[in-house]
Amino acid sequence: MHPWILGLIGGILIGLSAALMMFGRGRILGVSGMMGSLFSRGDNRMPSLLFLTVILLTGLLVHQIRPEFFQSADTGRNLIHLFAAGVLVGAGTRLGSGCTSGHGICGLARFSPRSIAAVLTFMASGMITATLVRMFIMQGV
Amino acid sequence: MQLLITVFSALLFASGLIVSGMVRPDRVIGFLDIFGQWDPTLAFVMGGALLINTPLWHLTKKRSRPVCDVKFHLPTASRIDSRLILGAILFGMGWGLGGYCPGPAIVSTGTLQIPSLTVMAGMICGMLLIHLTNRQG
Repeated sequence: MHPWILGLIGGILIGLSAALMMFGRGRILGVSGMMGSLFSRGDNRMPSLLFLTVILLTGLLVHQIRPEFFQSADTGRNLIHLFAAGVLVGAGTRLGSGCTSGHGICGLARFSPRSIAAVLTFMASGMITATLVRMFIMQGV
Repeated sequence: MQLLITVFSALLFASGLIVSGMVRPDRVIGFLDIFGQWDPTLAFVMGGALLINTPLWHLTKKRSRPVCDVKFHLPTASRIDSRLILGAILFGMGWGLGGYCPGPAIVSTGTLQIPSLTVMAGMICGMLLIHLTNRQG
C-alpha cells in the first residue's frame, strides 16, 4: 500500500486513541507529559506507566513479527547525534509542556492557542534543523 | 474500566505510529527536510489524526464529565510564554536532528536496537534535567 494511505490509516488510529483517552478518562493523550509524570508523585503516575509500557511492548511484539515496519533508510546520524537529539527532545518537550501528541494531536483538535503556537514553533524549528543538518553535518557522510 | 481504556488506547496509539511509518526516522526527517526529497507522509498522519480527534473532542466536551472519571483533566495554562516557545524550539531541533519524537522513541525502544535506545537514554536525561532545574528554581 502507498505510504500516504498507510499514513492516513495510522493517523486515524492515533486520532481514535486520543479521542478514547479523552472520552473515557478525560485526559490529554500526551506522551511527553506521561513520561514527565513518572518523575513526580501524582494521580496519573500509574496509568501513565501502564500506557508507556503497553506502547513499548507493542513495539517489541510487532518488531518480532514484522521487523520491516521499523526498517528505516540510513539517515546518516551517528550515536552522538542521536543522544543529543534525545536530550533536546526530552528537555524541550518538558519545558514546552508537550510534544507531537499532546500539542499536535490533542491541542490542535481543541483549538488551544498555546498548542497552535507550540506546533508552529516546533515544526519551523524542526524544518530549519533538518535542512541545516543535511547541508552542514551530513555532507560527505 | 479506566485500566481497560488506557490499555486499548495505548494499543491503538502504538499501532497507529507503526502502521503510519512514524517509527521510521527517515520518514520523519524526510518530512522536516522540506528542501530535500520531500516526503509528505507525516502530514497525512497528522491530518488523519485531526480528522478524527477534532470532531470527537467537540462532541466529548459537551458532556459534563468523561465516562470513567468525575471530571476532565485539562491544562490550565493559557498564556503563550517564553517557556513554551523555547521548549518548542529545543524540541524541534532534537526532532529534526534525530527524527524521533517521544511517542515513536518509546515504541522503537521495543526494538532493542542501539540507535533507538540511545535516543531514549538522551530523552530521559533531558527530561531529568528540566525536572531537577524546576525543583531548584
